[in-house]
Amino acid sequence: MHDKSYMQITVLSGKGGTGKTTFTASFAKLLQKKVVIDCDVDAANLHLLLNPEIIMEKEYYGGRKAEIDLLKCTDCGLCENLCRFQAIKELKVDPISCEGCGLCVRACPENAISFELKKSGVYFRGNLEDKSEFYYAKLFPGEGNSGKLVSEIKKEATGFITEETEWILVDGPPGIGCPVNASLAGTDYVVLVTEPTLAGLHDLKRLIDLLNTFKYRYGIIVNKYDLNEDITKEIIDITEKTDTALLGLMPFHEDFVHSLQQGKTIVEYNPAKWRRTESG
Amino acid sequence: MIISVASGKGGTGKTTVATCLAAAIENAVYMDCDVEEPNGHILLHPEFYSKTPSQKMLPKIDYVKCTFCGKCVEVCEYNALINLKTEIMLFDGMCHGCGACTYFCPEKAITEVAKTIGYVREGASRINNIQFYDGVLNIGEEMAAPLIKSVKAKIDIDKTTIIDSPPGTSCSMVESVKDSDFCILVTESTPFGLHDLQLAIEVLKIIDMPYGVVINKYDKSFVEMEDYFDRNGIEVLLKIPFDRKIAESYSKGILPIINFPEFKNEFVLLYNRIKEKLEMENVDA
Ligand code: SF4
Ligand code: SF4
Repeated sequence: MHDKSYMQITVLSGKGGTGKTTFTASFAKLLQKKVVIDCDVDAANLHLLLNPEIIMEKEYYGGRKAEIDLLKCTDCGLCENLCRFQAIKELKVDPISCEGCGLCVRACPENAISFELKKSGVYFRGNLEDKSEFYYAKLFPGEGNSGKLVSEIKKEATGFITEETEWILVDGPPGIGCPVNASLAGTDYVVLVTEPTLAGLHDLKRLIDLLNTFKYRYGIIVNKYDLNEDITKEIIDITEKTDTALLGLMPFHEDFVHSLQQGKTIVEYNPAKWRRTESG
Repeated sequence: MIISVASGKGGTGKTTVATCLAAAIENAVYMDCDVEEPNGHILLHPEFYSKTPSQKMLPKIDYVKCTFCGKCVEVCEYNALINLKTEIMLFDGMCHGCGACTYFCPEKAITEVAKTIGYVREGASRINNIQFYDGVLNIGEEMAAPLIKSVKAKIDIDKTTIIDSPPGTSCSMVESVKDSDFCILVTESTPFGLHDLQLAIEVLKIIDMPYGVVINKYDKSFVEMEDYFDRNGIEVLLKIPFDRKIAESYSKGILPIINFPEFKNEFVLLYNRIKEKLEMENVDA
């Protein structure tokens, strides 16, 4: 879309626990005319800070699962041999191992295997304080296909974009895998929240490789920068060498933990101190 | 014995707990299954002596035989194939390597070729002679589960193995923790920590795995968490108070138990406690 009126910002961290969601929540408080989407469908947390009023709940069907009808089964053993995920043992399909590929279903000479759609999560549409749209999802425990769920809520959310909308704010999942790619689709700018630990740095580099591969623009926030100033410096060096924006350095501060424990964003907890840092 | 270490929420200190535990046990094996972001090597500093590619199979079409009948596209549940009439296009990232297309192609036009999705590395750490394995997923690869399987193929059941699981509760976490004897869930004293811990507990209940909780950055003033444990009779195996010294040591890649020996003892006790629990369960069974 050439004439789209909004910018999609996706917040990522690679490593968990760097403060990504805390930052996203603070951005959400500061931005107007926005749609906010929590794409960490594995462990959604943003709603805990933004307290949306839920106005819709929808079921998510991620895929199908095979099930053997013992009345029709002649125990020929073909399905067990064909399954590449070792999901079939002694005429039983283990629903956790079954990837829903349907090979056994189609190959069974007795048509003894059913293949029903399975509910594998739910997602919610809500309103934030300022009436802006908010989406989050819950993938059921042990389910795969999180990338597909991410794409589905994003699609649902884009249905509510109006000419007024200026921002789409996406809280991305950790890692570099499939749900991360699904979260990134359509992104104009990526905010990377990292921390100055060797692990944080290692994961940041992997994420930057990924973003470069797919040519996304990004900037970096270093949270808890004073925890290890040497590594912070190394991160700053990376930004300088690659001409990447250094969006901010946040100190290691008790306010972060205390505000979290009260379920508040940092800008609400101590507005005088933090508001300026975030918008600056 | 296999003990896995997981956490719903990322960044709770899962890798710190897994590596410290491995270092507190004699002749332990440490296995990093967090293949998207493997960090165990940063704390254990292993010397690597081998690196084996992990592969997934992708279909390859022989256009001499292909009649563009579209059967392969029809049987692919993941929409990984598209029939362009002059070409059958494959979206690598979406293919699960299930083999359905190969099996059903009426012209026998499909063969499968291996594609490297990452590596399994094997090494040894000087810290208490830990035997070290990890999986490193290639950038741009989407599916972690096959690589996790390759890492876990190295398990030797006669040894005590500590598995560092990816965060979250989805298929890669389940792939990592399943077949363990016990799972340690690491959380922290915040609403996020509590919320995600509850999700992780749900998974372990579904796969019927015994578990216990380690609270990192423990803060007793977060009463919601204490209440939850009391109400549900969940055992807290270890509480690690927040300590900036530990956070700094971690940031530099120094295993906390090296600088703080009193910390090591906590992990020896943790291990003994788990062993006891499992022995008791075996007697009960
Ligand atoms: S099923 Fe075989 S013949 Fe038919 S389109 Fe696919 S590869 Fe070609
Ligand atoms: S192997 Fe399975 S997932 Fe891959 S293209 Fe063939 S049918 Fe689709």
